[in-house]
Amino acid sequence: MNDVILTSRMEAFPSDSNTLERYRASGGYLALADALRDMSPEDVAAEVKASNIRGRGGANFPAGVKWGFLAPSEPHYLVVNADESEPGTFKDRQLLERDPHQLVEGVALAAYALGVRHAFIYVRGEYPKPARRILRAVEEARAAGFLGDDILGSGFSLDVTVHLGAGAYICGEETALLNSLEGHRGEPRIKPPFPALEGLYASPTIVNNVETISNIPWIVANGGLAYAAVGPETSAGTRMFSLSGHVQKPGNYEIVMGMTWREFIYEVGGGIRDDNELKCWIPGGASAPWFMPDQLDTPVTIDDVAGNGSMLGSGAVVVMDETTNVVAAAHRIVKFFAHESCGQCTPCREGTTWLEAMLWRILTGSGRPMDLDMLLDVSDNISPGLRWPPAQTTICPLGPSAVSPIRSIMTHFRDEVEAMIPSQEEAPVG
Amino acid sequence: MTTPADWSPDNRDRADRFIAAYPERRSAVMPLLYIAAMEHGYISDDAMAEVAALTGLTAAQVQSVATFYTMYKRQNVGKYLISVCTSISCFLLGADEVLAAVESETDTPDGETSPDDLFSVEHVECIGACGGATAVQVNYELVEGVTPQKAEQLCRWLRDASPDPVLGDEMQALFGGRRSFDWGPKETEGATVPVPAWGPLGSAREAR
Repeated sequence: MNDVILTSRMEAFPSDSNTLERYRASGGYLALADALRDMSPEDVAAEVKASNIRGRGGANFPAGVKWGFLAPSEPHYLVVNADESEPGTFKDRQLLERDPHQLVEGVALAAYALGVRHAFIYVRGEYPKPARRILRAVEEARAAGFLGDDILGSGFSLDVTVHLGAGAYICGEETALLNSLEGHRGEPRIKPPFPALEGLYASPTIVNNVETISNIPWIVANGGLAYAAVGPETSAGTRMFSLSGHVQKPGNYEIVMGMTWREFIYEVGGGIRDDNELKCWIPGGASAPWFMPDQLDTPVTIDDVAGNGSMLGSGAVVVMDETTNVVAAAHRIVKFFAHESCGQCTPCREGTTWLEAMLWRILTGSGRPMDLDMLLDVSDNISPGLRWPPAQTTICPLGPSAVSPIRSIMTHFRDEVEAMIPSQEEAPVG
Repeated sequence: MTTPADWSPDNRDRADRFIAAYPERRSAVMPLLYIAAMEHGYISDDAMAEVAALTGLTAAQVQSVATFYTMYKRQNVGKYLISVCTSISCFLLGADEVLAAVESETDTPDGETSPDDLFSVEHVECIGACGGATAVQVNYELVEGVTPQKAEQLCRWLRDASPDPVLGDEMQALFGGRRSFDWGPKETEGATVPVPAWGPLGSAREAR
């Protein structure tokens, strides 16, 4: 069994894994040709369902189940979410730059399975090079007959539009992405209705992440059961992890889920820089509650991470060593969410802004003892009960995401926060 | 819904192709805003009115879109837009010092444009290059693993060598360090203006 699915071509052929010639020479577009000749759309969808692949964008929802929700009314749309913006995440950039045809073939297979005639690939605006690579791949595929009218004589036709964003994290939220693609502000929609019933142009729409769709050619070529057999039962397949922060070897790693965090950080990642001590880490993107060293032996699976009060999210692992000022780190993350709040919902718009202001006050030596409880109080108004998974008073999860770093430092490092607040005797009068 | 007469023939043609790429005309508002930025240097009121006429929207609707996204600049932008990532992973590895070095070397504070219109400097949220912290973009072309010292050298090079187009591979070779991943084959296209260099937008140019 291959240990690597998505990155095998770029590892074997680093100088030209992005070209149509290399993709075809290494088996590319055979799955599409075989599927169009021998399989019904339902057959393809059944393989994806059987693979048990869970969406790689952050929510980890089973992709085959999501596909099953697609309403029958036509037209159907498929949108690939390449708006990779969760701080710490850079895996989709590699897939777009280094193996764009793998994604294009996945788009064609998914569109065939879903009855889609027009698909969109929404690439974040700060990714012009990945957008150039994916656009070239789409044009090459069209010229070679793998996209366009009557693909390979099958009668199936597919148009693909590559769309470039313009700098808004929130457009990674699928309904915000659809609004953006329609030419509106990228504000999330109230769900339900979910996009599978009412999505792009109010038509049934499936939105999938780049990594999810990039797995489809392998799944169709090898069978869904073969994919499901890789890794733990509820975390099937390989997974791209983006490792960054204070590790010796940051980078993207495609691994089979199930190893421990200790193995991932110390063996895969080479351990902490300068042989420093690990202080904490973020297991799944800036939105995720932080893990502490006593969780190093937790397995890296979707369910084990969720069961320990966090989430694997987008697979972004950010490691912090003993030298880290955790209040400054939390402030930087909260600042991100305050900047990226779309402004629709008051608790998020006002709450994230005040959380950032309070953390800044504490960081710069002007914190007040009451700020500690106020941080939690404002957080509670965004995400009532401060529980996990988070409740929300907002349309989308961005607001509650800003609460994660607050909860993390107030739970694990409250003493460090308190130490930054001047005692009342020292505090200036007035 | 006609293309503005004073847009270049290339941009008018691009606008028509973008509009044809979507089932509904309104969806072209984002790429058309980029084209308007290339025409005007930034998203001026005239630019928004032109995009409104093209898409059948009101100028206010176009403004509501243009002001939502950080990459639609509402003020003049320098020849080289230098964006320093200061989000969590880059922050942990010294991004604030890199930003300070860029501000100092260009004599341009964060969020502003130099008086000679050569540089605009901004800090940005995560640009997806966290394994190569600190990440910097020049006209949205990426260079990874930048130190304060290399950032100063990069600014001096932009001033002295006036690269056109701006090429990510070239900057990485001269001023970069650790990368998020192996970049693979050489990229021959780069940015000619501070708008993302993406084929249909026409700002990409082959390597010198």
